[in-house]
Amino acid sequence: MSASSAFNDEKGGSSSVGEPEYGHDPASGGIFSSDYKRHDDLKEMLDSNKDSLKLEAMKRIVAMIARGKNASDLFPAVVKNVACKNIEVKKLVYVYLVRYAEEQQDLALLSISTFQRGLKDPNQLIRASALRVLSSIRVTIIVPIMMLAIKEAASDMSPYVRKTAAHAIPKLYSLDPEQKDQLIEVIEKLLADKTTLVAGSVVMAFEEVCPERIDLIHKNYRKLCNLLIDVEEWGQVVIINMLTRYARTQFLNPNMNESLLEEGSGGDRTFYGSDEDEDEDEEEKEKKAETPAMAKRKPYVMDPDHRLLLRNTKPLLQSRNAAVVMAVAQLYFHLAPKAEVGVIAKALVRLLRSHSEVQYVVLQNVATMTIKRRGMFEPYLKSFYIRSTDPTQIKVLKLEVLTNLANETNISTILREFQTYIKSMDKDFVAATIQAIGRCATNIGEVRDTCLNGLVQLLSNRDELVVAESVVVIKKLLQMQPEKHSDIIKHMAKLTDNIQVPMARASILWLIGEYCEHVPKIAPDVLRKMAKSFTNEEDIVKLQIINLAAKLYLTNSKQTKLLTQYVLNLAKYDQNYDIRDRARFIRQLIVPTEKSGALSKYAKKLFLALKPAPVLESPFKDRDHFQLGSLSHLLNAKAGGYQELPDWPEAAPDPSVRNVEVPEWTKCSSREKRKEKKVEKPFYSDSEGESGPTESADSESDSASGSESGSGSEESASRSESEESEDGSESEEEEEEEEEEKEKKKKKKELKKPVQESESEQSSEEEERKHQRKTKQRKSDSESESDEDEESESESSQSESEESESEAEVKKKKKAAESKPPSKPVKKESKKEKKEMSLLDLDDFEPAPSPQVTPVNTFLSNSLVTDLEGLSLSDTVLSPATIAPSSALKNYELLHRITGEGLSVEYCFSRQPFSPDANMVAVQMQFTNNATADTKNLHIEDVKLQSGMRVKEFSEIELLPAGETATAVMGIDFCDSTQAANFQLCTHTRKFFVSIQPPVGELMRPVFLTENEFKKEQEKLLHNLGQLMGMNEITEKLTLDMKCRNEHTIVQRVTTAANLSRVPCGSDKECRFAGRTVSSSSLVLVTVATKEEGAAQLTVNCEKMVIGTMLVKDILLALTQ
Amino acid sequence: MIHSLFLINHTGDIFLEKHWKSVIGRSVCDYFFEAREKAVEPENVPPVLQTPHHYLISIYRGKLFFLSVIQTEVPPLFVIEFLHRVADTIQDYFGECSEGVIKDNVVTVYELLEEMLDNGFPLATESNVLKEMIRPPTILRSVVNTLTGASNVGDTLPTGQLSNVPWRRVGVKYTNNEAYFDVIEEIDAILDKSGTTVFAEIQGVIEACVRLTGMPDLTLSFMNPRLLDDVSFHPCVRFKRWESERVLSFIPPDGNFTLMNYHVSSQNLVAIPVYVKQSISFFETGPCGRLDITIGPKQTMGKTVEGLMVTIHMPKAVLSANLTATQGTYTYDLATKVLVWDIGKLNPQKLPNLKGSLTTQAGTPKPEDNPSLNIDLKIQQLAISGLKVSRLDMYGEKYKPFKGVKYLTKAGKFQIYIYMFIFLENLMSYLLFEWLQCVLKHSI
Repeated sequence: MSASSAFNDEKGGSSSVGEPEYGHDPASGGIFSSDYKRHDDLKEMLDSNKDSLKLEAMKRIVAMIARGKNASDLFPAVVKNVACKNIEVKKLVYVYLVRYAEEQQDLALLSISTFQRGLKDPNQLIRASALRVLSSIRVTIIVPIMMLAIKEAASDMSPYVRKTAAHAIPKLYSLDPEQKDQLIEVIEKLLADKTTLVAGSVVMAFEEVCPERIDLIHKNYRKLCNLLIDVEEWGQVVIINMLTRYARTQFLNPNMNESLLEEGSGGDRTFYGSDEDEDEDEEEKEKKAETPAMAKRKPYVMDPDHRLLLRNTKPLLQSRNAAVVMAVAQLYFHLAPKAEVGVIAKALVRLLRSHSEVQYVVLQNVATMTIKRRGMFEPYLKSFYIRSTDPTQIKVLKLEVLTNLANETNISTILREFQTYIKSMDKDFVAATIQAIGRCATNIGEVRDTCLNGLVQLLSNRDELVVAESVVVIKKLLQMQPEKHSDIIKHMAKLTDNIQVPMARASILWLIGEYCEHVPKIAPDVLRKMAKSFTNEEDIVKLQIINLAAKLYLTNSKQTKLLTQYVLNLAKYDQNYDIRDRARFIRQLIVPTEKSGALSKYAKKLFLALKPAPVLESPFKDRDHFQLGSLSHLLNAKAGGYQELPDWPEAAPDPSVRNVEVPEWTKCSSREKRKEKKVEKPFYSDSEGESGPTESADSESDSASGSESGSGSEESASRSESEESEDGSESEEEEEEEEEEKEKKKKKKELKKPVQESESEQSSEEEERKHQRKTKQRKSDSESESDEDEESESESSQSESEESESEAEVKKKKKAAESKPPSKPVKKESKKEKKEMSLLDLDDFEPAPSPQVTPVNTFLSNSLVTDLEGLSLSDTVLSPATIAPSSALKNYELLHRITGEGLSVEYCFSRQPFSPDANMVAVQMQFTNNATADTKNLHIEDVKLQSGMRVKEFSEIELLPAGETATAVMGIDFCDSTQAANFQLCTHTRKFFVSIQPPVGELMRPVFLTENEFKKEQEKLLHNLGQLMGMNEITEKLTLDMKCRNEHTIVQRVTTAANLSRVPCGSDKECRFAGRTVSSSSLVLVTVATKEEGAAQLTVNCEKMVIGTMLVKDILLALTQ
Repeated sequence: MIHSLFLINHTGDIFLEKHWKSVIGRSVCDYFFEAREKAVEPENVPPVLQTPHHYLISIYRGKLFFLSVIQTEVPPLFVIEFLHRVADTIQDYFGECSEGVIKDNVVTVYELLEEMLDNGFPLATESNVLKEMIRPPTILRSVVNTLTGASNVGDTLPTGQLSNVPWRRVGVKYTNNEAYFDVIEEIDAILDKSGTTVFAEIQGVIEACVRLTGMPDLTLSFMNPRLLDDVSFHPCVRFKRWESERVLSFIPPDGNFTLMNYHVSSQNLVAIPVYVKQSISFFETGPCGRLDITIGPKQTMGKTVEGLMVTIHMPKAVLSANLTATQGTYTYDLATKVLVWDIGKLNPQKLPNLKGSLTTQAGTPKPEDNPSLNIDLKIQQLAISGLKVSRLDMYGEKYKPFKGVKYLTKAGKFQIYIYMFIFLENLMSYLLFEWLQCVLKHSI
């Protein structure tokens, strides 16, 4: 708002107001002052009546956004056009909104009613786009609206709208993770969708919101497999990745019997003859020893569902989309029997002809695969040959693959290929090639000498980098058989004169030191030269010089004693502390002094011990514990949100979980059976004994399928009779919703307990266990759920029978619930089943906790309900004026007892005029000291407010003894905004940061108007203010909640939502309310006109746009829920 | 999934940004710029980068970087493939994918991006659907738009998204119904110095341009489908028919699209259309070298080779080239050390030859680097693999379409090594090793 008013002020063109944003925020780079005008231009264009001007303005604004310029100050001007008829203007406004709504939440609310209207549009595309934009506006206040919209869209007729709903789920989740449980229900519902359009999107939502709930997939598994080929390509990727994970938890390892014959690691490796491989083999043998033992017990038969997945994904290897091909490839790699994995090789090789980025990712994955399954890619060896035009990173990866593929049959071709590479101009690549040759040499014994010779040749290369790299690799190779190669060492010793690369120098020195007995004459000479140049060497070289000196001193002290001491002295004064340390350490160790410790005896053993040869292994070894194709695999580090690929289960979980309800369908068609159950129901639910929960669960699953077949509503109606009689005016919608929930829950149960009756004989034990596990697992969430239920119920009953009586009732109820023994089986059930809640809650009405007497119970509760009904009926007779809204005051928490270290503070808006300052809202605070010590000097400090806001602090509470409660009233002038007032609550010891944010309804005080006055004011508001014409009336159509279709409830709900007073009115079809905002005394007029069948129209007139819009939201919510 | 997208030009300016979730500051690109600095060539920038809070996945297309910001695990290929799809779409809309074009049509591009992703997850990537929602600009329309203020956003709602043939828009009407198929094959080959094929394969693609009224159902069959070793299809192709009958059965998208990619690998089948006789040598003494290249036809199936071009990456030490070409022209770029010889049509009677001397930097030793020759060529009316389309049938519509098939062969990555052996020819031979030992002994 302030921004827009600033605009108006500036219209005169006063350039003195140097608002900095304008300066760096040109629509297109121009002179300073023209930018001012340009922005005003845009504003004017947006205000004009011509669509073409608006469009032009919007285009320029969007261009600014695209370039990353700030266009947020145009928000008020843009948002006005949200309802524009021109489709492109509208779209651009949407684009703008989605970008800036987060920054200007209050103003963004103005647009929401437009989208809500869109959600009801008969055209599916408009519904979808409304939902899409609505869910993209990241404004926390509208979370409940979004939730409602998503739920509604999830059961839309149009699959496209349902798809959009699936897209909206992750958006809402990221906005408010607390909605997770509700969202999971929506996801579950959408997962059952049978259209290809929805499948990909909902699995995406599943992966973002609840990837751990693998149980939701069971029922949909076969459907997903079958739909897969027709799903759009992006959805395919997501589904395949998810199914890979699923399959890993549900099926047995298809390779468990074959692991002995593993080609990649077993058979071929034995040829290598190198020592370290043998070690590895042993390890593997141990591993294998375990698996066959298991395998012998049970011959492996592939689960048909496992086969289904493999069969249905295979054609997708032919997709044009590389991501899909990769997804299938990783699925095969992780899930397929060894004999079948080969099919993916060809497709992956095909991807190598795609863009270089694709190549990069594919090669990384191929590199990992080649380690485990070399044979798969051997036929395609030549496809990995390197071209001089490849980017370096691709070359290096191809080299990696070639090295992994090398074996004694193809090594000669590969080495020949490597020879060409060494001549390449790309030096990094040459270095990598030399490394690769080294690795081939270690892996394949036959070519070791050849490679070594080749590398030695390279030592005379003119390029220093090549030489250096060769030295490093030769060093590693020589370590394997030093005695044979003293000549090479000698040759390398000579190189010290020329090679400057530190790593290479260090390597040579180490070699000479390590094998000084092979080159007894040269070594001291090298040391002499090195001593001379010591000060100029790099640190890494210096360390090796010290090492060399030490080793020579130990083997040949006669010749090198002085040299060694000289080197050590030099090192003593080196700048690097590592080198100083090393020198000191070595001096103590090798130079015999009288003080030298016991260690020096072992100096020789320490320095001249046989060092194990290094293992040159692929950096891609063991990378396959990450799911291939994933970002984590690529980075070799766990990325955020990565789902581990689970290990195969030891024994296959029950495959029948994937059975779709077809058998149950037939079973449930026998209706009588169900009805019988129904009749028995109350007995079951209240009867004691262990059979209780199981039985009821049974009947639930039954009825679930029943409701699917369409008879559900009738059934649950009869079942929840008592519920309805309790609050008779429950709306259909709610009921439906609840039913849906029930259905879902039941389905959930079904998942766990499929076809129980038919198979109960054989699998009852297992089922029992499962069930128990499930109840345990569910308990935690259901507990919180039931709590909520209780709350909501108490609220609704409150609203119905506003009298304090009802409140007392509620309290009683709660108390009763608390006093009830928790071990009661009935209670357990109530936690499990929402539907039964009401039934069981009726128990709670009974003061005495004697649940055994079931029939009496129901009877009693029924009578109570009728009583209550009578009460609420009588209420309508009461005049609305007597409604005391104070009884419905809502308490908000300011400070929780845990964060407040014992001090808890609650506040409510008392709706009393704040006497010291009429422009302030009175906030009543209640302090409770739950700590054991007294709290002193409670007061407020450091108030942080938005401009214009003021606070009148309460007077300091000097002492609040332990266990006591105190009340204080403070006043806050919120300036008619819902901005929070932030301040510190201080005690004598601590300070707590707290904030108070008012609901919009509390920002006003009631005024009393007559009907005529009301109408006059409304007229005035409508026509008076030219500037904001039409903006100060907001009209919204709504369908009233079943429970609030009488005038009295409407009044009650509206006055609870907002501090307004009722205006007497002649017609009973209209309710009118009036108030003034507290700070600016702007009139707020609310009209609710009711029509047939719960249809109603809500009109709010207020000059404060924001207040008006938000008020509409709040009242709407109050009336429809 | 995809959080934000930045378009960056080769000088490192971010000229377009789009956020699908909350806004991420431009500073995140600094990590990318760092990597860009490090990698000398833009192609060498790693496509995936890790920063403290985000992951950056980028592609390089048309001298532009498409940089996407990711926050959680996502298959990297998913993002890469999508970014390429964005580039393809821009190309499809405006004819090319370059900075200038994007800047000129920034609003349209922004609208496209808005439609392509929803909350970071692809929504509409089919060009037919997109074109229904946002019309590509044409000169006529832009004139009309400026006059009347009309927009390029479709006023009809995109129903393509709703159908089960999402790639084809509905209500297509043409007066001339035509369907053209271009069979384009590229030869990828590596030849060694002596002209022996080290590696060769054929990449084929069938590009289609279909302008048919209504909902035609086409079937394309080949004379010799067994030739095709590995294929990938546009989503419209029914895979089952291919598996069982080896025909392509599909309802085509409207306009241009790639119907299928295929691969012919068996080496014997790959005919190499030209041979190259070349010698590049540098004298041990003196700052010069010699170059002599002759190209002749080999297996061209009686067709003419056109657009012949030879590119040689010279060793760094080569300063200049003084050559004479019997046909075509040559250029030598001093900065990149690339010698390009543009020959044009190959005349079998008079083989083109390029001959002359090279000047190397004085004082530097003889270059050891391994230059390689890249060859570019075109052969019209020939699919080098021998693939032939036998017939195209149409079902579902009554009219008679005009049909056409064109063949073209191109050189893909056609490379000839000019390497000198420094290693052992015979790997099992230890002779050299012995000799080496002798040398070493004597030298000490």
